[in-house]
Amino acid sequence: MRELACDLLVVGAGPAGIAAACAAAERGKKVLVLDENPGAGGQIWRAGTHAPPRAAEPWLARFRASGAELRSGCAVVEGDAARQTLWAQDAEGLLRTRAESIVLATGARELFLPFPGWTLPGVLGAGGLQALAKSGWPVRGKKIGVAGSGPLLLAVAAWLVEHGAHVAFVAEQAPLGRLARFAASLAFQPRKLAQLAALRWKLRGVPQLFSSWPVRANGRAHIDSVELATDGEPQGFLVDALAVGFGLVPETALAEQLGCALDASGAVAVDAEQRTNVERIYAAGEPTGIGGVENALLQGELAGASAAGDARAAHTFARRAARARRFGRALERAFALREELREMPDDDTIVCRCEDVRWDAARELDSARETKLQTRCGMGPCQGRVCQPALHFLKGGRADRRRPPLLPLTLGELAELAADRTTLEHETSR
Amino acid sequence: MGDAAHAHAHGEHDAGHCTIWLDGERRRAPIGASVAAALALHGWRGTRTSVSGEPRSALCGMGICFECRVAIDGVPLRRACLVTVREGMEVSTHHA
Repeated sequence: MRELACDLLVVGAGPAGIAAACAAAERGKKVLVLDENPGAGGQIWRAGTHAPPRAAEPWLARFRASGAELRSGCAVVEGDAARQTLWAQDAEGLLRTRAESIVLATGARELFLPFPGWTLPGVLGAGGLQALAKSGWPVRGKKIGVAGSGPLLLAVAAWLVEHGAHVAFVAEQAPLGRLARFAASLAFQPRKLAQLAALRWKLRGVPQLFSSWPVRANGRAHIDSVELATDGEPQGFLVDALAVGFGLVPETALAEQLGCALDASGAVAVDAEQRTNVERIYAAGEPTGIGGVENALLQGELAGASAAGDARAAHTFARRAARARRFGRALERAFALREELREMPDDDTIVCRCEDVRWDAARELDSARETKLQTRCGMGPCQGRVCQPALHFLKGGRADRRRPPLLPLTLGELAELAADRTTLEHETSR
Repeated sequence: MGDAAHAHAHGEHDAGHCTIWLDGERRRAPIGASVAAALALHGWRGTRTSVSGEPRSALCGMGICFECRVAIDGVPLRRACLVTVREGMEVSTHHA
């Protein structure tokens, strides 16, 4: 098997991973960054057929100049924390990567909640539609509804307007009063207030609904209309697409597989220098709790500096990172999901899209784990990435852990992986 | 389809596009586009049929949901949202 060795291995080339890679490479470390996307930037700085956003340019330039090596299209499938080894898959097959330290900057994924019709083509994630549009998915001239929750909705809606889409509405589930109090708390953060004002200006003329969520998506082979409930009142809209996401979930599967402990909120637990409880494994950005891009950059620099042994630099970043983390927690409270969303799925609504498990089969079962054992919920190719956080919200209890490999592999690849693990164990025990 | 027609209007010599095969049909796609975007640009509304027979298409756009999985150059289970189009690429939505 191909083997790549380095001082620091960074998983994920979004803001946190880029910052960590820069910080370590600039301190003389040999850095390798693995990312499953076609290019650097993660979701927020994704390029594709579009130029990356302006805020990304200095970071992408610094990254290119840092000497860190990026492997795009390369997805980690399994890890061995004791041997500081990760196995990954790219277009040519499996490879083994080894390092003295590892920074997990695996980002977040969107929270999708089931409601009638959500499996129709044309119902996409909010961040999902933006990611696709940045890689050429057609949005110009399309009538698009944006729904769900969180600051991402406004950002996505504004981006869609700028790119020629007709945004039919932005439906936020949180009540206006709660969000107004949150906005007022930004009074001492003029940059954040200015960002909010700019988004609202771009969205002038677009109906912005609060205490509003999708009740049903209609259409035969593709969505053609959506019904919302706004303050309990039904409202219908004709749409070409619905972009819907209910917030972000930290991507912790690799961290969990490596034995990293999670905190009470389900994020990777880290200390003031971004160390997890597993020796020489760090985590930065969204896996440690949803905090946004500034938080991710600070945590990334901190993790990179501390992995490179620069405790002084790490200390200066730590204070700013703590402030950014507080903002993340305030966001979370402002956009907390309301109870009524648990009533969205009806009996016939699919909760597991891979195995087509319907809500009537899953509703009465105790936990996400029990549901998986009884109904195959979460046993398809996505391995529960979509349904487990939804079940966690709908039923409570911990989401079931993903087991290795982290991606579907061929039997040949599984055999190759098992053989290489054995080889590595022999090599390291000698 | 407007964008696709626009791409065609640029003709065969447009350096900004490449030629790919979608379910055996020859199509042009913008350089840098994902396979998922190329399928949508050319009017493919679904990328797979679910186990109970429903049409499905991309949901997450970032490699999580596997709804956009297709066969690319004969390799099944490729996530169309994560793969960039390449000259001569063959995409099949029938064997995923």
